[in-house]
Amino acid sequence: MNERVEKLRQESLDTQPYISIERANLVTEAYQKYAGTVSIPALRALVFRHLLENKSISIGEGEIIVGERGEHPQATPSFPELCCHSIEDFNLINDREKIAFKVSEEDKKIQEEKIIPYWENRSMRGRIFKEMTRQWKDCYEAGIFTEFMEQRAPGHTVADDKIYHKGFLDFQKDIKKSLQNLDYLNDVESYQKQEELKAMLICAKAIISFAKRYTDKALELARSEKNSPRKMELLKIAEVCSHVPANSPRNFWEALQMYWFVHVGVISELNTWDSFNPGRLDQHLYPFYKKELEEGTLTEEKAKELLECFWIKFNNQPAPPKVGVTLAESGTYTDFANINNGGLKIDGEDGVNELTYLILDVIDEMRLLQPSTNIQLSRKSPDRFLKRAGEIIRKGWGQPSVFNAEKVIEEMLRQGKSIEDARCGGTSGCVETGAFGKESYILTGYFNLVKVLEITLNNGIDPRTGKKIGIETGEPIQLNSFAELLQAFKNQLHHFIDIKIRGNNIIERLYAIYMPAPFLSIIISDCIEKGKDYNAGGARYNTDYIQGVGIGTITDSLSVIKYHVFEHKNISMEKLKKVLKGNFAGHEEVRQLFLNKTPRYGNDDDYADDIMKLVFNAFYQEVNGRKNTKGGVYRINMLPTTCHIYFGSVAGATPDGRKAGQPVSEGISPVQGADRLGPTAVIKSAAKMDQVKTGGTLLNQKFTPQLLEGEEGINNLAHLIRAYFKLGGHHIQLNVVSSATLRAAQKEPEEYRNLIVRVAGYSDYFNNLSKTLQDEIISRTEHQFC
Amino acid sequence: MTTGIIFNIQRYSIHDGPGIRTTVFLKGCPLSCWWCQNPESQLSGQEMIFWGDRCISCGACSAICPSSAIQIKNGIPITEKEKCILCGKCIEKCPALAREMIGKKMTVESVIKEIEKDLVFYEESDGGVTFSGGEPLGQSEFLESLLNACQEKKIHTAVDTSGYISWEILEKVAPKVNLFLYDLKIMDSERHRKYTGVSNEIILENLKKLSSAYHNISVRFPVIPGINDDDQNIRETGEFLSSLKITQVNLLPYHYIGIDKYKRLGRTYKLVITQPPSEEKLSEISGILSKFNLKVKLRG
Repeated sequence: MNERVEKLRQESLDTQPYISIERANLVTEAYQKYAGTVSIPALRALVFRHLLENKSISIGEGEIIVGERGEHPQATPSFPELCCHSIEDFNLINDREKIAFKVSEEDKKIQEEKIIPYWENRSMRGRIFKEMTRQWKDCYEAGIFTEFMEQRAPGHTVADDKIYHKGFLDFQKDIKKSLQNLDYLNDVESYQKQEELKAMLICAKAIISFAKRYTDKALELARSEKNSPRKMELLKIAEVCSHVPANSPRNFWEALQMYWFVHVGVISELNTWDSFNPGRLDQHLYPFYKKELEEGTLTEEKAKELLECFWIKFNNQPAPPKVGVTLAESGTYTDFANINNGGLKIDGEDGVNELTYLILDVIDEMRLLQPSTNIQLSRKSPDRFLKRAGEIIRKGWGQPSVFNAEKVIEEMLRQGKSIEDARCGGTSGCVETGAFGKESYILTGYFNLVKVLEITLNNGIDPRTGKKIGIETGEPIQLNSFAELLQAFKNQLHHFIDIKIRGNNIIERLYAIYMPAPFLSIIISDCIEKGKDYNAGGARYNTDYIQGVGIGTITDSLSVIKYHVFEHKNISMEKLKKVLKGNFAGHEEVRQLFLNKTPRYGNDDDYADDIMKLVFNAFYQEVNGRKNTKGGVYRINMLPTTCHIYFGSVAGATPDGRKAGQPVSEGISPVQGADRLGPTAVIKSAAKMDQVKTGGTLLNQKFTPQLLEGEEGINNLAHLIRAYFKLGGHHIQLNVVSSATLRAAQKEPEEYRNLIVRVAGYSDYFNNLSKTLQDEIISRTEHQFC
Repeated sequence: MTTGIIFNIQRYSIHDGPGIRTTVFLKGCPLSCWWCQNPESQLSGQEMIFWGDRCISCGACSAICPSSAIQIKNGIPITEKEKCILCGKCIEKCPALAREMIGKKMTVESVIKEIEKDLVFYEESDGGVTFSGGEPLGQSEFLESLLNACQEKKIHTAVDTSGYISWEILEKVAPKVNLFLYDLKIMDSERHRKYTGVSNEIILENLKKLSSAYHNISVRFPVIPGINDDDQNIRETGEFLSSLKITQVNLLPYHYIGIDKYKRLGRTYKLVITQPPSEEKLSEISGILSKFNLKVKLRG
């Protein structure tokens, strides 16, 4: 990276994130001024306009891509209309050691005197909890499921290519056309549509005026700039910002700035989980790149610099901190912008191009947590592409992850999307499949499969609280077969999914009515044509997801019951329940038996893998195809983010040998340490899940660096991935274990039984080695690939 | 039904031949190299090992033992080897995997079934199966049946051998092997005898004969500091190999990751711990061998 990029990158990394009260202030002002005088979509549009007209703006020294959500890099706004931070929340974020956001005393005062009094009884969070039933709240508190929309607006969508072909003046024309076409005589919704479209129009104008402020700012800075190359740059910035986003971009630079204005608009309008990102960036930018290289107006070097400056902009926007218990429990600066590379083009041809490789170089050099990146690997992708990604993966900082492009497309086709829309889509957030720019695919909450089994084993009662939150499916002692137990589990599952979806249907309407997103709606097909908001079913496709968590833990638990209780009768159900209740205290031999002498998921053993399929299918059948309120349906995903830790913390000891409070398994990965036959066995097991029925699965695999040494290490990694995808895998994340992980493995061998150490002619598991040898491997690990 | 004694089947082997492989380790070896990191491979019969750090002192092993060979002393089960009949009951009962039988009698069918599990990976990577040991040719009939079955199923095979085997056996098996990984350790016969327990005439002779008929041989040279990494041995090795038709020489640097196994087996490790050879030393050896027109590759 060059000097400019290095400086900007370092500033981004060194700046302490802080809470900026500016947005809360402006939003509150706008609500005080307009609420009750206009329709709600118009209100939201006026709030957006007020914000963009009045927020402070800056152009940093050396910046060439401009625009921030806050007034400066790392300034993080709050969204009181969604959830309002208490003063205690602010104190907590300010004081904690890790992942602290500084909050000034002055801002705390504004929060206390102005923001809280207005939003206390008006925020969405309050509205949602007020509308939820006691039953829903009991399940929520028990940790059966989480609720995504409680602190953030529905999000999980990604931009497509339309903003590179149309400017916001063009969008205004589209909106006006749609307004003209309204049929007030026959369409009972015409008024709502009119208000929504008018709101979009206000937003389309607001984003252009916002860019104009940057033009003015750049010109102002240029006037006093002594350094002549920088002066030229500032004039260029002024030129770029006067062209986009009003018009469609003409070149590479304008294309990046176009996207960035849209990005700032989307993440300022609402806090939409921030998975919003440019999506298939290499596809979108390639025409500009190619044309300019041919014409000689751009060099590879300049393109790289622009891309790297663009990368830094993502890293400058930390995730707004949460409130209440969620704030205390979760700490992260990062959101989920996940840029896609490669994949297939709209016509089904290989999408990898020269820019794809340049972007991989950028990823390699930048090493930033945001934006996150992935490669979409298709059968047509060249090996060079996969191997270049493999070289970056091997460095061990977690990027890029790898997706199966054909499977992602197949998933969308199964959901009824057109082949073109599917090919132009990809994956976002963690692993979620979506038709970029055309779909609202909302994650509604994680669902704790393990907890449902625990409640089944207790005939409807949550043993942690003694509350009866499930239904009576029979005392397990009276169940005569594994089939009966499975049926009882399915009945409980049905009960809890009903509760979750009932709640979702209300929450979704609350957002449709009270919290439309007219700016986002402009750029998502077909909101303008339909005159409907993104949050109200305006998108071409409207999918809701419930994300299953703990498939490994529940599979192994059921395997223990099937194998040891019903088949081999090594332990009675009565004793099992007693041992679980006592958290295995005094029964280590039973726990070891369960851990070590049970067929477990992740070992390519059909006994366990068939149970995984039973649970997966039960979950799928329970959720898939249920109607949501936006004209779409529910689907399942199998991903946890970090929720497997929370879900484990509320679940008692489980039959697989897991002690109370310990994390449950994550994604579709086996239980930590349960897989003992290496990566091929894990892949075979995971591939037995019919993954096309999901909208994303997450498989994590840990590798010791020795497995990835040399050219052959990369080749074999590539083969392993290709084989998994051939078998139908959706995604694989390869984590090269750090020396820290190996140290953890020394301390807790049980959870890391799967760590393999490979040397020619010899191989062993890390935990089979003596401490001295382990130490040696740790120190070797520290000196690899860095 | 042909059966053999296998002590490990390891999937995702990536250092024992091309691509992603499953390595099948056959038990029993005529050599007993001082540096051996798979000492459990040496004896041809079954052996029991004990993982002290896994034991939870539950006493299940002692209680089940039909020949009263196991006594618990201070919470640690002590096995009297003379009394143990290797029935495996204690292993079955031990919940903590602290007791393990090294060596399992398996049929050709059951081994093939394991091998076939990773077919998709072999296909994707041009990999296959490697028969290693011990000395896989020591169970030649079993190995031959395995090779036949693999040939039928079009699975690429590699055989990792010490070469210390009668020519008749080698000759018979050779046409069924896609790739030989042929170990060459020390050129001087006396020194060879000292460190491996056997002299090297048969090994060298077999390699000569084999390489005149087959051109699918990779020679594996373990680099053991102070034992075979001296100039003279390297040169003699280079000279000998340069007269033969072999595809490449792999240098396998010494390591001692397996020494804990000696303790578990209740044996002692003869080699006073030697540090692995330095990268400089390895490239020096590689340089010398290259001068003999040999294709040298570091590691597997």
